[in-house]
Amino acid sequence: MNRQIVRLFGLVVVLFAVLVGFTSYWAVFDAKALKEEDANKRPLLEQQQIQRGRILAADGTVIARSVPKGQGANLRYVRRYPEGSLYGHPIGYSFVREGDSEFEQFHNDELVGNESEFSSILDELRGRNQEGDDVATNLDPAAQAVALEDLREAGFGAVVAIEPKSGRVLTMASNPPYDPNRIPYDLTELNENVVEAPLYNRATQGQYPPGSTFKVVTAAAGLESGTITPETAFPAPSPLIVETVPLQNDFNTSYGPISLDTALTNSVNTWFGQLGQDLGQDQLFETMEKFGFNSTPPIDLPKNDISGSGVYSEGHVLHRDDPVDVARVAIGQERLAVTPLQMAMVAAAVANGGKLMKPQIWSRVIDPDGRVVKRLDPSEYSQPISAETAAELTTAMEGVVSEGTGTNAAISGVPVAGKTGTAETPYNESCGGGTDENQAWFIGFAPADEPQVAIAATVECTTQFGNDVAAPIFRDVAESILNGG
Amino acid sequence: MSARNRELTALVPVALLLTAGFAAVFAQENSNLDDASLLFGAYFLAVCLATHVYLRIRLPDADPYLFPLVALLTAFGLVMIYRIDSGLARDQANWFVLGLVLFALTIHFLRDYEVLERYRYTIAAVGILLLLAPRLPGIGEQVNGAYLGVKIGPLAFQPAEFSKICLVVFLASYLREHREVLIVGARRVLGVTLPPLKHFGPLLVVWGASMFMLVFIRDLGSSLMFFAAFLALLYVATGRFSFVVIGMAMFLLGAWFFASTVPHVHDRVEIWLDPYAHPQGSGYQILQSIFAQADGGLFGKGFAQALIVVPGTHATLLPAAQTDTIYSLIVNELGLFGACGVVLIYLLIAARGFKIALLSADGFSKLLATGLTAVFAIQAFVIIGGVTRVIPLTGVTLPFISYGGSSIVANFVLLALLLLISDRARREARELGR
Repeated sequence: MNRQIVRLFGLVVVLFAVLVGFTSYWAVFDAKALKEEDANKRPLLEQQQIQRGRILAADGTVIARSVPKGQGANLRYVRRYPEGSLYGHPIGYSFVREGDSEFEQFHNDELVGNESEFSSILDELRGRNQEGDDVATNLDPAAQAVALEDLREAGFGAVVAIEPKSGRVLTMASNPPYDPNRIPYDLTELNENVVEAPLYNRATQGQYPPGSTFKVVTAAAGLESGTITPETAFPAPSPLIVETVPLQNDFNTSYGPISLDTALTNSVNTWFGQLGQDLGQDQLFETMEKFGFNSTPPIDLPKNDISGSGVYSEGHVLHRDDPVDVARVAIGQERLAVTPLQMAMVAAAVANGGKLMKPQIWSRVIDPDGRVVKRLDPSEYSQPISAETAAELTTAMEGVVSEGTGTNAAISGVPVAGKTGTAETPYNESCGGGTDENQAWFIGFAPADEPQVAIAATVECTTQFGNDVAAPIFRDVAESILNGG
Repeated sequence: MSARNRELTALVPVALLLTAGFAAVFAQENSNLDDASLLFGAYFLAVCLATHVYLRIRLPDADPYLFPLVALLTAFGLVMIYRIDSGLARDQANWFVLGLVLFALTIHFLRDYEVLERYRYTIAAVGILLLLAPRLPGIGEQVNGAYLGVKIGPLAFQPAEFSKICLVVFLASYLREHREVLIVGARRVLGVTLPPLKHFGPLLVVWGASMFMLVFIRDLGSSLMFFAAFLALLYVATGRFSFVVIGMAMFLLGAWFFASTVPHVHDRVEIWLDPYAHPQGSGYQILQSIFAQADGGLFGKGFAQALIVVPGTHATLLPAAQTDTIYSLIVNELGLFGACGVVLIYLLIAARGFKIALLSADGFSKLLATGLTAVFAIQAFVIIGGVTRVIPLTGVTLPFISYGGSSIVANFVLLALLLLISDRARREARELGR
């Protein structure tokens, strides 16, 4: 019988190994998926008991904090946003029942104090309860308020301001805003409001035609590739037949041989159309991609809350081999759709001597004892153009503000470089389907000789031009940041 | 080192674990280290030492590791139950003492445990009557659709826990006598070796009766446990794998039959296959059991850190945490590593139990030790497998850890029998060696 007993023991070993196997599967290998199950309320219940860290503006203003409710075993924390709708975008919200969004979602691990498993064991041994870290942002309260106030007067749209040398996001405003404190009460209503879409962060999700602001990218590709120099001059007749369809300049003005400065100052469509054709699709797309087009912007927001920029066809980005009308891409038409964040990145790269820094909203993570545990280390995303090309572009963009189409962006005593854009968006349903609506833009940076801020401002569904409605927003926000710094 | 000195040495880590465990729970709950709670730990150790001394006198040659391993499980269970509810832990401690009293009485009166062989049919009848008791009017109790408990005056217990010992004793005794004829008399029919009906009949009757009772009282977990123990003993006694195959086939047929005819069984299987169908209803317990494990991860959340109720309410998050799902709570608080430790202790107990069977010289001792060990190991498998969704979840206790008087007392009787067998086997081996 002994042989059978040994075999029986073998069976018990196998059965117990199966138990360990299943336990490992639930406790470790499948744990992440199980924690995301709708039926599993544990993660929410546990988070509710953790005092989530605060979110701070650059000057220490509290944007979000958690307040205790109840006592003892009933103790829960509820999120409060003292500044109301001012930071609804890009901070988002975090509630147990309604979930989280934007910055709150992206920085969740820091805010709830989720460290590595090992350090949480150390905390346990020291008898510490889990507590969230504070996360400080680069957001400038004064500039944020100016941006939102200006947008409220101008119309729906967005403003993004970036510090060129570091990529710090100083301002990110989207109009219409929403008050995150209202989320527990109004979430369904806000979600159903598809016309105004207040929960939609237009700064990172709005995909708009860039209009003439895109000429900065085309000019950068031309100079960088050697296709043109600042002195290269050629005529720009209007109309010019491109792909069998006539392309016109503003007021149908024809120009004799002109160089980049004049062409950018007057935003000459047929000049840039020809440059686009000379460059070719490969060259233009290469430069675009270095500026961040055709990929997800490297900002600290969840993927669901940001969109890429590029030439879109039926929801997909077109690549170098896909057929496009390159001349019209070069002047920001065709099927180009860009986010305000992307255009701010273009301006910031030119301002920073051609180096594009990763745009980041956060600046520091501070533990409950007040120690800074992590600090933003600015990092380069790419170098789309050389310092020389950047300097040449800056000169041309200064002409736009000093004597061209963007004079309303001028700030007294400060040299400003920029570019206007006015993309016609007739029959757009979200604008009510009228024929006179435009997407108005201004991108630029200041001071032109020593840039401290690069901004993209855009207003949707306006009957006005970029210089009339977007350039003043640029000016106000830039002034606020320059005065504050 | 003598067997008893090894036992004493092995009790030291048990003492450390108990002390550390209580300390951890105290620290977590921020309660003062009040005298009563510390005394509680001291009593536990004193009782263990007294038992050790008793074993030293009565069973000097018995296996030195079984008692410390069991004490370890009990200490562990007490800490976990204390963490759930200190009142329950006090009850459990009382049951532990009562269990040890019965343990001592068993050792005292059954020194010559062969007498059990003489009363095997009586014992079988008692086992079946015990199973039937919960359906008897007046004393039976129904819990969650199953008739598991008996309540006579102030005394309430779950007879299936004791019934399993009776059944194993009967099977061991019967198979010892009839194993030869079962092997020799086997005939091949259509290429399958069948046992002779004449000698197999009584086994089938006992098994069938217990199965019927189990379905009748709806205790699926015990049913599974009994059946597996039956097959294990049959295999060890006859060495015929074909008998096991026939048994398995009969079981699957029976399982299919009951699953399709008895709604209670049917529901259990449905929940097992798709717990997400009714996450707030019938699937709630198994889902919460698995979510609790997912919450534990590798190292767990630490003693007293896991959620058992929804904070601020009395809504249960982990149903039956002190009984059925105590293993899930262990994974939740001590992680995969802690749970592996628990499984390892059960495996070590099984290893020691089978070792006793190997050492025993006579057939009855061999079969009894095998049967008791098998039924113990299978019980652990049925409940851990239930809460980890290896098999459908059925309510049996996790031996020595789960809250429950019947379970702890019956398992101490089981342990006493194992030690009795061990003492004789090892003494005979020692004398033979000399």
